[in-house]
Amino acid sequence: MSNAVATPAAGNGKLEFLVRGEHHPAQGTLLGFWIYLMSDCLIFASLFATYGVLSLNFAGGPSGADLFDLELVALNTAFLLISSITYGFAVLKMQQNSLRGTIGWLAVTGVFGLCFLAVELYEFYHMIHVGAGPQRSGFLSAFFTLVGTHGLHVTFGCIWLVTLLLQLRKHGLIQENKRRVFCLSMFWHFLDVIWIGVFTYVYLMGSMV
Amino acid sequence: MATPRTLCKTLLASVLALSLAGCKWVVMSPSGDVAAQQADLILWSTYLMLIIIVPVILLTLLFAWRYRSSNKNATYKPDWDHSTKLELVIWAAPLAIIIALGALTWVSTHKLDPYRPLDRVDEGVPVPEGTQPLVVEVVAMDWKWLFFYPEQGIATVNELAAPVDRPIKFKITATTMMNSFYVPALAGMIYAMGGMETQLHAVINEEGSYEGFSANYSGEGFNKMRFEFLGQSEADFEQWVAQVKAQGNPLSRDVYKALEKPSIDDPVRYYSEVMPGLYDAILNRCVDPGQVCMKDLMKSHHAHHGEG
Amino acid sequence: MSSAVQTYSDTTSAVFGRLTWDSFPFHDPIILGTFIMVAVGGIALVAALTKYKVWGYLWNEWFTSIDHKRIGVMYMILGIIMLLRGFADAIMMRLHQAMAFGDSLGYLPPHHYDQIFTAHGVIMIFFVAMPFVVGLMNYIVPLQIGARDVAFPFLNNFSFWMTASGAVLIMLSLFVGEFAKSGWLAYPPLTGILQSPGVGVDYYIWALQIAGVGTLLSGVNFVVTIVKMRAPGMTMMKMPVFTWTALCTNILIVAAFPILTAVLALLSLDRYMDFNFFTNDLGGNAMMYVNLIWIWGHPEVYILILPIFGVFSEIVSTYSGKRLFGYSSMVYATVVITVLSYLVWLHHFFTMGSGATVNSFFGITTMIISIPTGAKIFNWLFTMYRGRIQFDVPMLWTVGFMVTFVIGGMTGVLLAVPPADFVLHNSLFLIAHFHNVIIGGVVFGVFAAITYWYPKVTGYKLDPFWGKCSFWFWLIGFYVAFMPLYALGLMGVTRRMSHFEDMSLQIWFQVAAFGAVLIGLGILSFLIQLYVSYKKRDSLRDETGDPWNGRTLEWSTSSPPPQYNFAFTPQVHENDAWWQMKQHGFKPPQEGFMPIHMPKNTAAGMVLAGLATVFGFAMIWYVWWLAAVSFGALILGAIIHTFNYKRDYYIPVEEVAAVENRRAEVLA
Repeated sequence: MSNAVATPAAGNGKLEFLVRGEHHPAQGTLLGFWIYLMSDCLIFASLFATYGVLSLNFAGGPSGADLFDLELVALNTAFLLISSITYGFAVLKMQQNSLRGTIGWLAVTGVFGLCFLAVELYEFYHMIHVGAGPQRSGFLSAFFTLVGTHGLHVTFGCIWLVTLLLQLRKHGLIQENKRRVFCLSMFWHFLDVIWIGVFTYVYLMGSMV
Repeated sequence: MATPRTLCKTLLASVLALSLAGCKWVVMSPSGDVAAQQADLILWSTYLMLIIIVPVILLTLLFAWRYRSSNKNATYKPDWDHSTKLELVIWAAPLAIIIALGALTWVSTHKLDPYRPLDRVDEGVPVPEGTQPLVVEVVAMDWKWLFFYPEQGIATVNELAAPVDRPIKFKITATTMMNSFYVPALAGMIYAMGGMETQLHAVINEEGSYEGFSANYSGEGFNKMRFEFLGQSEADFEQWVAQVKAQGNPLSRDVYKALEKPSIDDPVRYYSEVMPGLYDAILNRCVDPGQVCMKDLMKSHHAHHGEG
Repeated sequence: MSSAVQTYSDTTSAVFGRLTWDSFPFHDPIILGTFIMVAVGGIALVAALTKYKVWGYLWNEWFTSIDHKRIGVMYMILGIIMLLRGFADAIMMRLHQAMAFGDSLGYLPPHHYDQIFTAHGVIMIFFVAMPFVVGLMNYIVPLQIGARDVAFPFLNNFSFWMTASGAVLIMLSLFVGEFAKSGWLAYPPLTGILQSPGVGVDYYIWALQIAGVGTLLSGVNFVVTIVKMRAPGMTMMKMPVFTWTALCTNILIVAAFPILTAVLALLSLDRYMDFNFFTNDLGGNAMMYVNLIWIWGHPEVYILILPIFGVFSEIVSTYSGKRLFGYSSMVYATVVITVLSYLVWLHHFFTMGSGATVNSFFGITTMIISIPTGAKIFNWLFTMYRGRIQFDVPMLWTVGFMVTFVIGGMTGVLLAVPPADFVLHNSLFLIAHFHNVIIGGVVFGVFAAITYWYPKVTGYKLDPFWGKCSFWFWLIGFYVAFMPLYALGLMGVTRRMSHFEDMSLQIWFQVAAFGAVLIGLGILSFLIQLYVSYKKRDSLRDETGDPWNGRTLEWSTSSPPPQYNFAFTPQVHENDAWWQMKQHGFKPPQEGFMPIHMPKNTAAGMVLAGLATVFGFAMIWYVWWLAAVSFGALILGAIIHTFNYKRDYYIPVEEVAAVENRRAEVLA
């Protein structure tokens, strides 16, 4: 009966049970990295949920409306969005096999990433300076943690970017490096998407409370 | 393998003997109407599930025996792996049970919701018209229970009393740790949490002394965080209140602050009168003078915002 | 004078953080005794390894190995070692509770007892059940899908060492400082810095955080492995059931463990930097912790049990000599359970006071899970029906499981009825319930799996006599140990009590303690079984690679399999691929071999995980300079590792041919 079930496509009735010749399974790095990003996304989801629960727990302290400087945040958002575009240019250059172009645009991306971090650090410094540090209230704990975790991701992105620049200079646009450029590209755009959530949910809606 | 089996039989026998020998199955034979309904629910749910569990266990043992490899008389069909009818049955049977149990769950969860005021004091006995529940405010502290009686104006530590057949409304909070307020003979438990209030409605139907305790581990003194719950006749309860008033001291802010310090295995304490609003202050975490109460924090924020 | 002392203590605390001589248990005879035993044992082991010159072998062939089979075995060994620790905790608790009545306070002071029940739970779930399940998947999944390794072999090694690193931290807490006194899920506010200022909770946080990273990465690894690396022809609906359950489990890992990471990070921020996530004051909310940890915690239960369902599916069909009944309904049941496991977390705290509608919703979703689970039980039942059942030891475990597990399932559904839970929550009934499903399910399954696949790993079967002893001791021991707890729960006895006043309860605890001793004999029988089988390995040897007349691809290769698993990648046509190959009289070819592309071993995983251990230890003890240095080194090490581009090599064709010809001679 099992024979009947397994009628082979090959008409001669003899089943082939082995792959003769070399068999290379599909490359899984991009899928794996994407799955990792989804798991990272769940960390952010937890932090967003936490922020949602605590966002009105001011404990007598300042609210988002008191603290957020939307112009500064708009500038910051612009830095990050532009850095995503420049990363896109880097990938385009990579596909044209231009090592110099790739490295150049990646470097520009990194600079924008650092600008973003600088502004964020300034914002944090300013808030802590006026007594609105993360210890002040549940709301501020959640705010600093959510935004800070994003910032930490950008920091690691920058470190990775520098590493990748070194590797590109050393080995050029070999297959492994191209894969890495793609992975970092996913990571970078992912942070952009998260930031749009942060910008909308934390800053815009927080300013309206 | 005979030894372990004999051993098992002996043990089973002794377990059965034990269960018959008058142990206190308080969860299954409680003295309060709410807990009694909960016990019934346990039984009914179990019966429902046994409809499917017993056949499964029997079939497992039967098939294991019947189709053992040494039994050459049994049918052997190595390639039989599908039967639409059987598949339907094996999905439908548990589904049917779960539909029944789900309905039971929905109804009983709403009926026995701890927040819902009682509509009966015993089976077939509705709450008499105009009866107000006895309100008890419960504070789980490290590691003792503080009970306020706003109606009587008294408070006690580690001793709780209530008249039989009168609904009781517990309002429950905590100072620091999360505990669970549980008197098995009376009703199911509910958590006690700092800065939050949970509620429990219950009634005790038989006079007697029952055990109450924290059913959620809360650290060092958890083990001794127990109290006596007295179900009393109306007259006895009046007398108990009078006794608390006679023997106790006032519960002032300072006395409370001293009581608040963590302690283990506290004796029963009586307080003849209570600083006004103390329970509310504990709930809103503003017992110390000058602290802003939690419920006012939001208000003050909005006021502050309104000015700007 | 005083300022001199002050300066001294400032300097020492800058260097050693909170670590002082008092952190070592010189004052506690029980712990000191254990410590001396472990130290002497450890030194003896190290000396023996040195004497017989096996360090090089261990390092080259095991510690740095990226072979999924070696890593799988290391996970299993880790699980066995931690099982002994976790069981030691269990028996100490049982003995203590059997003694601590009335005037007798038992032999453990409360602060010690509280650490033991916390450690028992944490160890059994994270460092026994998880390594067992991940170890099984590691060994079996690539073989079942006809792959030569997992998708990311280095990551696999790193994951193992991260898990081991967590285990090391938890073992250290026994001798340096203390462990958490909080229960296995460490609910705040009890675990806040105000209520638990010691290092115990920090050990908990960092052990789980580090091990959690390992688990998460291994989850990513296996999802990709199963999605991308299946042999040609093996469509999703032709995957062996164990692989299906492994896929679902790893999806659950990827989707659940980040939440654990996040919630532990928030708790750390509360403890280390005075944030207000779960505090009582300043706008914290402890209920959020309970929600978050159970959003991870409930899927975790299914992470453990799903692969075990897979194990039983393989075993029941193999020993019944029959195709698995209802393969597709088995698969759908698994997928349904996977999805539903995210919709039930609130049933762990009905008593928190959510409204009746919320409670009923979560109660009913919980009950719905029992439908696919019930379908699975029936599928195993009808696989046995009209089979020819060989009662080898794995099959005994399976029947024991089916009978025991349905009882645990029933009490579980009972606890899912909110008003019933109000009286049974946190009681010993609950303890009995989850031991009923975890021992009756996961533990029985792991022992069944070990017995079933042991010949594949070592080339010889396990001795059946000691296997049967282990089974009967476990089975009877389980009932004797936990049925009394069900009863005690119905008497309103709550969990985590270190002393009782009511003398009438004592007999129940004594019976339970006796049950624990029986389980101990079960574990002992298992260890004896390993030893005896090794001694008798020549008579137990299996040359065929297929000792049970198996059905799936792992039985098509030799036992133990060659490093590359398959000289030729299998071509799959239907379920039970190897069964079909046997039906068609398949003979392995003797020629046409090719060089095989394989990943190279690396020490990077062990080094990085070692740095993570140091980092965790430094954070626990507030040794900030060491934390900074080890964290920097960790990042730097990871970066340096990415500069290594030469990670693979080819096994020369001559070597492949030699291995395969040797096997052909054996088979002939």
